[in-house]
Amino acid sequence: MKASKALAWFAIAIGVIYFFVPLIGTFEFSMRMRRGAYSFDAYQSVFSDAQFQSTFGFSMLMALFTIIFGMLLVVPTAYWVRLRLPQMRPVIEFLTLMPLVIPAIVIVFGYLRLYNSSSWIPFTGSIQGTNMLLVLSYITLSLPYMYRSVDTAMRAIDVRTLTEAAEILGAKWPTIMFRCIFPNVMSGVLSGAFITFAIVMGEFTMAALLNRPAFGPYLQLVGANRAYEPSALAIIAFAITWFSMGLLQLVSRFSKMAPSKA
Amino acid sequence: MSTASTSFIDRRTVVDWLGIAPFMIFAMMFLILPTLYLVTGAFFTPDGQFTFKNIADLFTPSILSAYWISIRVSVASSIGGAVIGFFLAWAIVMGGLPGWIRSGLLTFSGVASNFAGVPLAFAFLATLGRTGLVTVLLRDWVGFNLYGTGFNILSFFGLTITYMFFQIPLMVLILTPALDGMKKEWREAAEILGASTWQYWRMVALPILWPSLMGTTLLLFANAFGAIATAYALTGSSLNIVPILLYAQIRGDVLHNANLGYALALGMIVITGVSNILYILLRIRAERWQK
Repeated sequence: MKASKALAWFAIAIGVIYFFVPLIGTFEFSMRMRRGAYSFDAYQSVFSDAQFQSTFGFSMLMALFTIIFGMLLVVPTAYWVRLRLPQMRPVIEFLTLMPLVIPAIVIVFGYLRLYNSSSWIPFTGSIQGTNMLLVLSYITLSLPYMYRSVDTAMRAIDVRTLTEAAEILGAKWPTIMFRCIFPNVMSGVLSGAFITFAIVMGEFTMAALLNRPAFGPYLQLVGANRAYEPSALAIIAFAITWFSMGLLQLVSRFSKMAPSKA
Repeated sequence: MSTASTSFIDRRTVVDWLGIAPFMIFAMMFLILPTLYLVTGAFFTPDGQFTFKNIADLFTPSILSAYWISIRVSVASSIGGAVIGFFLAWAIVMGGLPGWIRSGLLTFSGVASNFAGVPLAFAFLATLGRTGLVTVLLRDWVGFNLYGTGFNILSFFGLTITYMFFQIPLMVLILTPALDGMKKEWREAAEILGASTWQYWRMVALPILWPSLMGTTLLLFANAFGAIATAYALTGSSLNIVPILLYAQIRGDVLHNANLGYALALGMIVITGVSNILYILLRIRAERWQK
């Protein structure tokens, strides 16, 4: 028993070294910009870069649209499948998992061929259209996470009884959807939203190939041209990921507590 | 309920199917059709003749070597990730460690498995690059010249060790529930019958766990195989892996044949598809013991 405990500590030690050394290394490197002394100059340089601000804002906006439209697609579908078409569940689940199987670069390659400016739906013919296609591609990428978190939240509530109760009280379906179903699966919607946010903020492939000025391609550009700013950006990106995952954990812990209170 | 229905399909059924129509249209337009377009394109010449030539052309040395490097990096990082991830998951489930280590590691794994792409490449460049922290400390403190050994972060080994940063946490996240499902009674029964720890692992635990272990390793493999952003930011185009070759092909038709590009994409779908199907099959097998 003693030996296995020592071995367990050894495993944790290896893990801590492997995971923390790169983070410490990055942080240390990001402070090296001023000769001979540690400073936050690299961060200052990043934050004052107009391109940082515009690409960061652009990606935030894309993430917001992805979450809103993704949820408007996913929640009603998950609801409907549970209520009326349980036999379609395996098919829908399979489809939502497809983006994990087909690499993102292949999906966007297909978009570029199918929706180019000389095709039947010329998404990439205009800037607005390309932005729309980018949001749609992000919805595709985050589909596995959004669907799973919403569906898990929906499992915890009795969709049928809620719907019947609302119908008896005279509610029309928009009321049922937005005042009954959405509030009840809010924990799932929020977890899906946070993970989507984390994915979209750092996404590179889709934005680069669609030529949009997002945060991911900006990171790559800085990486190719600067010395210390990339490390500062890596720390910032890591903080964004921590932030979204932290909120996600908070939401899931909160929702686990909720039923016992009720 | 609908007496007015004149067709064979009653109205309720139509409404039922209309409910999932938006999702189906979305999946069709942004998932299935784009993929099918590439898959069928791989079997045609630019002027629309059916051909197997594109597939055959994948087996030319330059493309084959791209697949080979991709497969090697994916295999190495998935097996490395699986071994270390298993070791960590075992430590928090069966190692008798305090509870905060378990929750801490699981939370961190949730973050680290999502910390990929371009920033991850920056982190490893800042750590193991030519002027990175570890490289410098090894040189100044130990007098060990890391780059003198032929090590380079912009290489097969460098990419593998970088990919493991998201592979290990993914393994921990998927394997912890599987290890939690190992019943205490099995171990007790084995011990009562006089089994040693080694015998318990070899004859009880591993036979139950191997579908989970194999399946998750395959998932990690597919995960690494499709990744591009980290590799692109880390090595530019100096390491010729398949996603980077495809990226260059999409950008500027470097293969000088659009349909060969489709075949390249088809090859990626086949490899990630097969490993995912095997993953699902192994998962079904693994669940036999988790009821």
